[in-house]
Amino acid sequence: MTGSATDELPARRRPIIEIKQVSKIYAMGEAEVHALRGVSLTIERGDFVAIMGASGSGKSTMMHILGCLDVPTKGWYWLDGVDVRGLDEVTLSIVRSRKIGFVFQAYNLIPRTTALANVELPLAYAGVRPKERRRRAVEALENVGLADHLGYFPNQMSGGQQQRVAVARAIVTNPALILADEPTGNLDTAAAEDVMHIFSLLNAAGRTVVLITHEADLAEFAKRVLRLRDGEIVSDVRSVPVEGLPPRLHAEHTIRTASMAS
Amino acid sequence: MSWWDNFVIALQGVTSNKLRSMLTMLGVLIGVAAVIILVAVGTGSSAQVQANINRLGTNTITVLNLGHFGGRATVGTETSAGTITLADVRQIENPVDAPDVASVSPVVSTSTDATYSGASDSDAEVTGSTPTYLTASDYTVEAGYSITSSEVTGRERVCDIGQTVVTDLFGTANPLGRTIQIGSSSFEVVGVLATKGSTGVTNEDNVIIAPYTAVQDELTGESQSFSELLVQGKSSATLDRAESEVESILATANDVSVADLPFEIVNQASLVSTAESTSSTFTVLLAAVAGVSLLVGGIGVMNIMLVSVTERTREIGIRKAIGARKSVILAQFLYESVLLALLGGIAGVIVGFVGSHFRIDGVMPVIAPYSIVLALGVSVAVGVFFGFYPANRAASLRPIDALRYE
Repeated sequence: MTGSATDELPARRRPIIEIKQVSKIYAMGEAEVHALRGVSLTIERGDFVAIMGASGSGKSTMMHILGCLDVPTKGWYWLDGVDVRGLDEVTLSIVRSRKIGFVFQAYNLIPRTTALANVELPLAYAGVRPKERRRRAVEALENVGLADHLGYFPNQMSGGQQQRVAVARAIVTNPALILADEPTGNLDTAAAEDVMHIFSLLNAAGRTVVLITHEADLAEFAKRVLRLRDGEIVSDVRSVPVEGLPPRLHAEHTIRTASMAS
Repeated sequence: MSWWDNFVIALQGVTSNKLRSMLTMLGVLIGVAAVIILVAVGTGSSAQVQANINRLGTNTITVLNLGHFGGRATVGTETSAGTITLADVRQIENPVDAPDVASVSPVVSTSTDATYSGASDSDAEVTGSTPTYLTASDYTVEAGYSITSSEVTGRERVCDIGQTVVTDLFGTANPLGRTIQIGSSSFEVVGVLATKGSTGVTNEDNVIIAPYTAVQDELTGESQSFSELLVQGKSSATLDRAESEVESILATANDVSVADLPFEIVNQASLVSTAESTSSTFTVLLAAVAGVSLLVGGIGVMNIMLVSVTERTREIGIRKAIGARKSVILAQFLYESVLLALLGGIAGVIVGFVGSHFRIDGVMPVIAPYSIVLALGVSVAVGVFFGFYPANRAASLRPIDALRYE
């Protein structure tokens, strides 16, 4: 590590995400667009964070940077203690596959590929053996209530089911961080609740979830809500401590789990 | 990610759009099949030319006395006619003077009509020679016997006749023992020659072979010189040596230098090598034409792979986001293009195989094993070469751009 702040950190438990003074500037022809203006943020392990903002607020850029899909123009970023600035494409892809599980708005399953194969894919790219791969993929699909849909193709499943496959794919590698970008944007209310409930369960099981959304309803599921406007954090509200259960889990725990198992 | 996993993904890519994959393969298929068939045609025609030359005899040197025909024996500045005498023949036969010569057959020939009880055969080639002529020029006797040395010395009017003469004069009747009219003389048929076929210009079955003595007596009236010598060498390797031995004997006898010999000497070995170089040029030309079509097929593969990359930009983004490295994406698309090219190539080999079983313009194609290896090898190379650019383009996409792509 070349002079990284990780070494300077006190010997406490490392935060999963730590960004300092991150800016992202896009060149749009002559003009420059400041998507992020010096944002600093720390996310603790086990937290459930919603990052909210209207379109143009910089939340997508935030998600890309947090997900190592893009690099900041300025600033520092440590993901699980790793300084990701200046990593090359190959190393970044390794970091992505080990540390982050993505859930996208458009599900983004690979077409003409079964649910099981879709969930196995990140493990395949990580070099896990076929047997082990299969076992873990089946387990992940069971976790999202799709144990009986292993052989279904994306076009044979509803939006909610596809998104649950996507969640299974995100968690199958056991990532430090689950990064969800508008995961319910294409879903009806019931399916959206299902998916959000799965995130709550995953968080209750100790996983860190970062949710990017513009819907206030969904933010209610998170323990901490950040609001972005014009590339800056304008509010940061914590409703439940990091160690606590996700806010919406208490009330619906039993009911939802029952309905998911069906 | 094992290569097998990636290969399966590539296979899914190929099978997901069957029509398009098939049309792409068709380009390679045509290219590969064209290479195989055209090379086979080249090889086949070369074999055919070879066979035609071999039909002229085995390891033979033909000495043609051009002056004998009153033709164009222009040597140096003056026209002179040489002679080939019986003494020359005896000397060439002598193993001391010409150790590399197996046999020598003096030839007198004329072309005349033969008739038998009303039936006639026009323009039969009447060759007067010795028994060795038949073996040197690869004639085999099918029925009866070949003219003998004692018949030659006895100046007997006997003959062996080719299949065309048999058919024209006798139809299906047995010609052995019959007497036919050649010109104004009558010859007894003692043997029937097996069919040799046509060399393209002359019908080798429209022949009558008789003792040269009898032909000289009855038909040509010549007794001093022969029009032609058919020399058979001991082996193809020593044919050139046999040729120079014959040349020096004839030069001494005619009192000229070897370079000034008034004879045209045709060495079968040099004929073969000329024919070989001609037909190999021909084959290369055909292969080059076929190669162009393989190249076009390759460009088809590249075109489709580029379309495929564009279409699947989003998929590439997803794969990268969930941990696929650049090399894995590169391999996936390379496998796909190689698979397309290879499957097309294999189908092309099958079509080439089938196509080479048909006679093409009178030539029976002969499949050259190297052309199959070459065509398949080239089709794989085409897949790699023309797949690399699209694959690299796919692999180099930034995941964020690929994911944004709609």
